[in-house]
Amino acid sequence: MEAILQFLHDNLLMVYLLIFSILLGIEVISKVPAVLHTPLMSGANAIHGVVLVGAIIVLFQARADDYWSLSVGFVAVVFGTLNVVGGFAVTDRMLEMFKKKKK
Amino acid sequence: MLITYLLDLLYLIAAITFVVGLKQLSHPDTARRGNQLAAIGMALAVLGTLLMHPAAPSSDSSARTLKLALLYTALGLGGFIGWRAAYKVKMTAMPQMVSLFNGLGGGCAALLAIAEMKLQYIQHHPTATGMILVLFTMFFGAVSLTGSLLAYAKLEDLVKDSAITLPRHGLVNMILVFIILGLIGYTVWGAGDAGLTWGLILFAVALLYGFSFVAPIGGADMPVVISVLNSCTGLTAAAAGIIYDNLIMLVGGILVGASGSILTILMCKAMNRSLTNVLVGNFGGGGAAAAGKTAGDQTVKEINLTDAAVLLNYSQSVAIVPGYGLAVAQAQKICKELDDLLESNGVEVRYAIHPVAGRMPGHMNVLLAEADVPYNKLFDLEEANEFLAKTDVVVVVGANDVVNPAAKDDPSSPIYGMPVLEVWEAKNVIVMKRSMKSGYAGIENDLFYHPKTKMLFGDAKDTLIKLSSEVKAL
Repeated sequence: MEAILQFLHDNLLMVYLLIFSILLGIEVISKVPAVLHTPLMSGANAIHGVVLVGAIIVLFQARADDYWSLSVGFVAVVFGTLNVVGGFAVTDRMLEMFKKKKK
Repeated sequence: MLITYLLDLLYLIAAITFVVGLKQLSHPDTARRGNQLAAIGMALAVLGTLLMHPAAPSSDSSARTLKLALLYTALGLGGFIGWRAAYKVKMTAMPQMVSLFNGLGGGCAALLAIAEMKLQYIQHHPTATGMILVLFTMFFGAVSLTGSLLAYAKLEDLVKDSAITLPRHGLVNMILVFIILGLIGYTVWGAGDAGLTWGLILFAVALLYGFSFVAPIGGADMPVVISVLNSCTGLTAAAAGIIYDNLIMLVGGILVGASGSILTILMCKAMNRSLTNVLVGNFGGGGAAAAGKTAGDQTVKEINLTDAAVLLNYSQSVAIVPGYGLAVAQAQKICKELDDLLESNGVEVRYAIHPVAGRMPGHMNVLLAEADVPYNKLFDLEEANEFLAKTDVVVVVGANDVVNPAAKDDPSSPIYGMPVLEVWEAKNVIVMKRSMKSGYAGIENDLFYHPKTKMLFGDAKDTLIKLSSEVKAL
């Protein structure tokens, strides 16, 4: 119990941020028409590509003579970039179709 | 020092664009702008990290050149392939593309975790909390990678469900979960300095589990699976954010994790199924076992093209029910042509779109919009069921399970309870189909034997072209 309270005290801001982000994520999505399910999933998919930031940091931190870590980081950055660029581009292509036609 | 503060500011802006972007993505009018806004935020976050992150090698080190060269090559390569793939993919193949991108995001997280794990073991003996976070990221990233790849393969029809499902597959998955939990425990608390090796073993088992988790789930349920894996990847991004004390990864990841979960539930609701039912009950995976009653001795009535054309042209109102068959035949444009012809002869044409028509909710709307069918002619399930009874002719093009009466009146059917388009309420039904084969869920459809139903066999595109020329000739 004491350990839990101590952890909470040490990471209080993080815990707040976590909880509010969860609530925000739920609130933002809760009223969405079925038509937009696919584009929305695709858009969210692109957003979690933010993990690319982590991959870049990994590559930064790897030692210059540690080729194993460098290659792993390299592939991670390629994957992450694919996720981000492909994700946003494919979502944009889908949503392009939703242009309102006024006739 | 100041430059790190600037990076914090960029992250803050990016976080706001993610939230506002997601919000805008949930309204048809603002959706495109929302996506672009989030993309701009992402660009800021990535560029900021590249240029300003404190871990970036200092300017006079020789390592700097190597690392930057690697980074820009990787970014260029990923960006180029991603862009090309996104613009070359056919709209019909979009769901599997989303799955593929999701899997790569998961793969990125898993690899990041591996590299981080190695680094932690080199520098110092890692703390238990640190290791748990790393292993969490690695596990969910790996599951998301192989799970999404399998979902991709299933949607592309590269693998058959029955070929990869073991007997008692649920039990196998359960055992795998226990092995994984054991491995995590041992790696964190028992293995000491050998933890790196055990972590890599865990990685391999997690990859296997991703396959095994998706294997028994039927192809028709892939959208839900993709949505689940999508929120999974979101959570891994958030965990990675905690590892690096990086707020933008944390916020972005949690947002996707939370909204992805809600989206999964909404999708299940649209199909009137519970999430456990999708993930545990193998709907559509059972094939023959799932087929309720066989329709052996019932007969179907066929209609020829000329009669069909006359029937359509001299009716007051026509409703088209498009399904995946229309999409794979790439027949949206010709469908729109027939629609124009009928409209010019004074027939009212409407489209009745089931939420899961196509392969994902909303997929069919995108495909029809691509063929310039006006937005206000597309009606969703509830609206459509109101006007279907007053419609003269319903044309079902390549749809099957979404117009199956068994969902309403046969409690033994696996799709019982799923909301369907009640096309049999209309005065006439024309079903365009390639053959009498059952639909994606592998269930017999009594609609084809219904007294009001007439079948028009053939490829959807071919039949629609012929039908249009018959209408023109009248």
